[in-house]
Amino acid sequence: MTEPCDRSTGLVELIAEAKRTNQPGRLTDIVPYARFMGLSMRHVAGELLGHLTYADMLIGNPALPALHGGALGALLESTAIFQLLWEAETVVLPKTIDITVEYLRTGRPIDTWAKGILTRQGRRVANVRVEAWQEDRQRPITIAHAHFLILPGPEGEVGDA
Amino acid sequence: MSAPRDRAEQVARLAQLNRQFHLVVPHNRALGLEVVEFGDGDARMRLPYSRDLVGNPDTGVLHGGAITSLMDACCGAAVFMKLPMPVPIATLDLRIDYLRPADPGRDVLAHATCFRLTRNVAFVRGVAYHDDEADPVAAAAGAFMLATAPGRGSPRTRPSP
Repeated sequence: MTEPCDRSTGLVELIAEAKRTNQPGRLTDIVPYARFMGLSMRHVAGELLGHLTYADMLIGNPALPALHGGALGALLESTAIFQLLWEAETVVLPKTIDITVEYLRTGRPIDTWAKGILTRQGRRVANVRVEAWQEDRQRPITIAHAHFLILPGPEGEVGDA
Repeated sequence: MSAPRDRAEQVARLAQLNRQFHLVVPHNRALGLEVVEFGDGDARMRLPYSRDLVGNPDTGVLHGGAITSLMDACCGAAVFMKLPMPVPIATLDLRIDYLRPADPGRDVLAHATCFRLTRNVAFVRGVAYHDDEADPVAAAAGAFMLATAPGRGSPRTRPSP
């Protein structure tokens, strides 16, 4: 498993197609890491939300038990990227510049939801704020803010590390 | 260079540490994370490249979320290496700067140092890289809460310092 993936996916076309047909789920279907983690984007009451399906392998602290901080960070970062992809008029492939994650409460072993808010979109940089919650949206468990480079064309790549 | 016996001891401790680590943290096991070196307030870990962890199917570049998990785990391990006695810790915040895309097909290493430990809080910084720490793919800065006493609950549920 050391070879990079082939380049035949046509990510830009797939994203455009998902937006045209209003199927946000297709955005996450094409990202291997999202499938591995059980991450998806869903329309709920007219709102685009990120969703992390609970699985035992997401646990970081079995004594509590609590979700791994990295798994929650992944949910927030992915939700921010997909929110940006969804709202941008043209297909831009955001490149994460930085992300700051704050852990407020224990992530319990149940499903987690997230909502990204585009706080500012400039010509080159977009600022996104994201919140994750479980049963009570008024009690977020994790929040993050992130900056993305949104240069259109081949200079930007989604999900770059 | 350490004496061969010290080296053998270190290897044995490392194997023991990894067994514990995988036993205790399911998400680290799912990602294949392993500790490769540790010292006083210092930890080095490896994230093996896997197609499951790809964020951009066009390029095969790892998803930022996998790097976040690696940094969270490595920073946490560095805190444990600094503690005079083991107590539960919880991530308060973690900032990741994505300096350049990780090379597709290559493992990512992380090196984290806990550079300040107070009664309540541990401060950590770290980098993610392929083979040269001076040429990192990501940088991280984090703060962790330390549990005050056994049986008083998770610090993640009591975040005020």
